[in-house]
Amino acid sequence: MSGPSDYQPSNPALQWIERRLPILGLVHSSFVVYPTPRNLNYWWTFGAILSFMLGMQILTGVILAMHYTPHADLAFKSVELLVRDVNYGWLLRNMHACGASMFFFAVYIHMLRGLYYGSYKEPREVLWILGVVIYLLMMATGFMGYVLPWGQMSFWGATVITNLFSAIPYVGESIVTLLWGGYSVGNPTLNRFFSLHYLLPFLIAGVVVLHVWALHVAGQNNPDGVEPKTEKDTVPFTPHATIKDGFGVACFLLLYAWFIFYMPNYLGDADNYIPANPGVTPPHIVPEWYYLPFYAILRSIPNKLAGVIGMFSAIIILCFLPWLDAAKTRSSKYRPLAKQFFWIFVAVCILLGYLGAQPPEGIYVIAGRVLTVCYFAYFLIVLPLLSRIETPRPVPNSISEAILAKGGKAVASVAVILVAAVALFLGSLGDARANEGSDRPPGNKWSFAGPFGKYDRGALQRGLKVYKEVCSSCHGLSFIAFRNLAEAGGPGYSVAQAAAFASDYKVKDGPNDAGDMFERPGRPADYFPSPFPNEQAARAANGGAAPPDLSLITKARSYGRGFPMFIIDFFTQYQEQGPDYVAALLQGFEEKVPEGVTIPEGSYYNKYFPGHAIKMPKPLSDGQVTYDDGSPATVAQYSKDVTTFLMWTAEPHMEARKRLGFQVFVFLIIFAFLMYFTKKKVWADSH
Amino acid sequence: MNPDASTIAAGAPIEVDLSPVAEGQDIKVFWRGKPIYISHRTKKQIDEARAVNVASLPDPQSDEARVKSGHEQWLVVIGICTHLGCIPIAHEGNYDGFFCPCHGSQYDSSGRIRQGPAPANLPVPPYQFVSDTKIQIG
Repeated sequence: MSGPSDYQPSNPALQWIERRLPILGLVHSSFVVYPTPRNLNYWWTFGAILSFMLGMQILTGVILAMHYTPHADLAFKSVELLVRDVNYGWLLRNMHACGASMFFFAVYIHMLRGLYYGSYKEPREVLWILGVVIYLLMMATGFMGYVLPWGQMSFWGATVITNLFSAIPYVGESIVTLLWGGYSVGNPTLNRFFSLHYLLPFLIAGVVVLHVWALHVAGQNNPDGVEPKTEKDTVPFTPHATIKDGFGVACFLLLYAWFIFYMPNYLGDADNYIPANPGVTPPHIVPEWYYLPFYAILRSIPNKLAGVIGMFSAIIILCFLPWLDAAKTRSSKYRPLAKQFFWIFVAVCILLGYLGAQPPEGIYVIAGRVLTVCYFAYFLIVLPLLSRIETPRPVPNSISEAILAKGGKAVASVAVILVAAVALFLGSLGDARANEGSDRPPGNKWSFAGPFGKYDRGALQRGLKVYKEVCSSCHGLSFIAFRNLAEAGGPGYSVAQAAAFASDYKVKDGPNDAGDMFERPGRPADYFPSPFPNEQAARAANGGAAPPDLSLITKARSYGRGFPMFIIDFFTQYQEQGPDYVAALLQGFEEKVPEGVTIPEGSYYNKYFPGHAIKMPKPLSDGQVTYDDGSPATVAQYSKDVTTFLMWTAEPHMEARKRLGFQVFVFLIIFAFLMYFTKKKVWADSH
Repeated sequence: MNPDASTIAAGAPIEVDLSPVAEGQDIKVFWRGKPIYISHRTKKQIDEARAVNVASLPDPQSDEARVKSGHEQWLVVIGICTHLGCIPIAHEGNYDGFFCPCHGSQYDSSGRIRQGPAPANLPVPPYQFVSDTKIQIG
């Protein structure tokens, strides 16, 4: 893409093609001999990382779409079943869901790098604007993808975001109807979002081609912001940039794999494991972390239309950046004031992200307003003003001069900043799950916690017994089939035992030849029958509160960890909020209601239930279930066993996930080292 | 991309029997995928709604204009917050009406916005009384 190539393949067949379609010459001139500045640092590898992530998202997404059903009644179940039944379905889903977060993480670094080093300045304005277009498309794609699992957050996120358009005067309501395809968010909405979620990544890929094209016409910017002048200033793209990008991708993969294999739900919201319910709004609607700064801007403006305009202009303003900042010096390295304001701006964005996850009340609203003003002031006041008053330090005459002057600076700071940024920025979500004034569940020692965690087979078998004898009279377990009991990583029953267990149940089947429904003994392929035929029956039989299905309960419940625990959790891999809560709830019933708490008729006091008034009576008492293996028949033991069992029902492939994760990590670490030493060798003469 | 024929057909009017709803209670029915709150208001709630100076409201509308005359005790509103579409909770907030848990909007016992970011009152769906104890929505 940098002018006509004089590349001539030696192979006659390739020569034949090259004369008719000079594609090899194009690749050769763009990615092999293409001159890349010698002084690029590791922040420049994020372009390659982003291309890699886009490819990854498209690849995993296409396979996921083969197993997904875009229908309001079936979508949630199809996602759960693809995680459970499709070969490596759990891996595909984790890669795709965490991949979206990593994609945004990389794009934010990429954008901030452009901001710091002035990569948007003449002659790279179009390159920068194409980047903003890609970012907008990514936001739309990410939002629609989040709707597809059709959980509570999916549904209510879709409701809130589509309602943003109703703020537009005159045509707003019609636009919202067009987005919905009905009178509210529903099945037609899900269908069109699925279609668009499949389409948009290919549009992104198209704009990426334009982005790279514009890059290769204007040439890459570099940390010193001076254009390459002689051949000494550049190195050929291959092998220098290729191997360096390869090393960058390998390091990035380590972070990505940490999420995929060890913290797959860290960035998600527990509420999204509850199927969408148009009649109940979750107490806190929080978007995915990558939208939080803009969500905070939206909420800090008290007028609806102005809030929506504020939110969108926070992104659109980036398009005008090349003209807002008129300073001649590109790189902030040589702009002492701009450098300081840049870091203040980064802090403002992170704080806005934190506020976006907080409830909109009190001090948070005021702080949000102050920071919103700061955000816009950076673009509208600080940058235009700085370009007039700031005296930049002298810029080196050439890139080679800059390299000689510096003598190679350490790159270790990159890693430190990376880790700190991950912890702070991605983790800000954790605080969103507010505590609602309940006591915090005590932590437990779970056999399945940590990077090598495994389920305790005995506990799984005992937990199954507790579920069958106690819980199953009110709670369903609809995503678990009897065959699962014999699968690897489960309670460890044989196929014959699972079949015998199934035959104890009566399962409704039919219609038979006479057109009647009939009951037959269960088979391994059947799912656990639910105690009530539908939600209304369950509600009617239980005083108005439907007992939730327990298949996913340990993932669908959580509690706020608060600052700074959620940052520490990222490193310790703590993700047992759900099991801790369930175990605490089962033991949290107390006869004596503390003073100041009123429990309505037909409810019971529970120390750990949000609001303390629970409709479920105390389910377990000592000696209620007989254990054959000599374990103590106490409420504490029952709770622990049944919680372990329910963790397994929520994630039957957890052992496989952690086992594969270890193998992947060993491989990636070796790979990254090899890449590093190869890179060192390749660059030995160039520094 | 507008709603298809079956979606429009499913949005036909519905009838709701009000006789089981006691004073001070309310029910939620779904029409066109939207929750509709039908409140049987107490004397106190009606008085509160009528005592307000209409001109001081963010979205001025009298209580009389929001209910059917002769059936003042019945308030029928679409239970979707006019801010960003969450579902407010009935019998909560400072105004004896509705409270939206998402962004803190508060509505009074006539479904009018009193506090918070929502720009407008809870809309009243088209409905009429078929008999004293039955309404048709739509």
